[in-house]
Amino acid sequence: MIKGTILNGGSAQGPTLVLTEPVSFWGAYDPRSGRIVDTHHPQSGAYLGGHILLLPETRGSGGTPGGIAEAIRRGTAPLGIILMVPDINLAVGAAVAARLYGRQCPVLAVSPEDYHDLTKVRHIAIAEGAIITV
Amino acid sequence: MDLSSADHDLLSGHQGPALQFAMQLVLQAAGILQAPHLIPVTYAHIDACFYNGQAHIDFAQFMLDHGAKFPIPAWTNNGVVSATHPHLYDGNPDTEMVEGARKLMQLYAALGCKPTWTCAPYQIPGGPKFGEHIVVGESNAVTYYNSAVGARTNKYGDYLDVACALIGKAPFAGLHTDAGRKAGLHFDVSQLPESWRGENIFHHLLGHHVGRMAGRRVPVVTGLLTTTNTDDLKAVSTAVAASGGVELWHGVGVTPEAASLDSVFARGDVYTITRDDLITAHAQLSTGRDGSLDMVALGTPHFSATEFRAVVETLDGRKSNIPFTITTSRFVWDYIKTKGWDDILKRAGVSLIGDICSYYAPGINGMKGRVMTNSAKWAYYAPAMLPVEVCFGSLRECVESAVRGEVWRDQALWSAR
Repeated sequence: MIKGTILNGGSAQGPTLVLTEPVSFWGAYDPRSGRIVDTHHPQSGAYLGGHILLLPETRGSGGTPGGIAEAIRRGTAPLGIILMVPDINLAVGAAVAARLYGRQCPVLAVSPEDYHDLTKVRHIAIAEGAIITV
Repeated sequence: MDLSSADHDLLSGHQGPALQFAMQLVLQAAGILQAPHLIPVTYAHIDACFYNGQAHIDFAQFMLDHGAKFPIPAWTNNGVVSATHPHLYDGNPDTEMVEGARKLMQLYAALGCKPTWTCAPYQIPGGPKFGEHIVVGESNAVTYYNSAVGARTNKYGDYLDVACALIGKAPFAGLHTDAGRKAGLHFDVSQLPESWRGENIFHHLLGHHVGRMAGRRVPVVTGLLTTTNTDDLKAVSTAVAASGGVELWHGVGVTPEAASLDSVFARGDVYTITRDDLITAHAQLSTGRDGSLDMVALGTPHFSATEFRAVVETLDGRKSNIPFTITTSRFVWDYIKTKGWDDILKRAGVSLIGDICSYYAPGINGMKGRVMTNSAKWAYYAPAMLPVEVCFGSLRECVESAVRGEVWRDQALWSAR
């Protein structure tokens, strides 16, 4: 069990998807399709829906909250997000979607050591209180 | 966190669900930032009015339906569509986007925003002054307000900008604090010829280079001329925010917090800017080779009155031989109409478009081919968003090239040693 820091609360479980490089959820990500559209990203084209997403950090785009909120509204968003570097934009976007649409997308931050361990597992469950089990 | 009774009142819902939700979002952000308390803010530049799907509309509608109104001046960033040129969207297949963007602009006007629709709000009188705590989202405006004006803002993402503006407070963290505003690295340009440092294009190249080196750190620059003007400060601020994530930079003797190097910089890496640094920056911003040209695109961020004057003077009665677009704000546009420059530009074949950005503007994406610009930001972003290759140049090079229909280079520009 790993204890993370809650950036946005909630619970979720599913298969993991590890992004190898930071991504912006505005411009580089299409909430309509739920895919990375930045052709410079090594995982361009990847569908982020239906997964617990592990990504080291986001690129600091002010459009990120809208990108993730719209994806949650459409049902194309990741089930939950685990970061190494805390991110306000993803947290706020997920919180707005939770309030407007009643859909949870927990966003957590974990230590670099824990993050490294989590990138090696195939399935993750996030419980309320940022409790992560593999 | 240390909350006032008024803060608790909002949080408890006594002022309604809109302000309660706004306070919850601000406190969520304050918790992540580990801010000790909130501080009053006096001005906001709203970015959430830039349409990015139905969620943007639902958020603004929720606030409006529950009686929210901005208690502080809140000016709007660019729209995704231009209200000054509605015909641009006739026949646009993405009706969801066009109608959504228009609806969103109406909602923010109804919430009490001043409808400025500009990414360069600092070119409009009546904005924030030195030392004021403010809330800004658009990256170049964040950097300009922090650096050139000396107001204090972090870079506020969508929704958080609205939430802070609605409650009139922001988390006391980052660039709102004295400690957060100290420089961590130092660039010296004094080795370069003085004539170069007097050119506007120098500031675009400098900003691009410094942004790449600094990342998200605060840089300080020494050796800038005392004649450095607001267009130059805009150029540096915009470029450092595009190529890096710089939200504040200091120019000793030029920006208001940097009377001396010691006052903003204690220790860190020191770099001397060389001719090669500028050549490299120029090359990185030029994805196209010189030759025949398809378009000229200026106005990223929105063109200022002094930049318009420079274009009119350089044209000197001549016409552009290729499509030539300049994006600007309604305010500046109204001003240049009073000068008669609007008519002069029209006759010269220059199209002005208000409210929007030309590299993210789905209606005017007729832009393609080899395009020349004087904006480091446009040169940095446009090739990834439009089918264009970019020739980067000075304002004069852009105008002369438009007249000739091919890239013209100013041989005198870099001739000084």
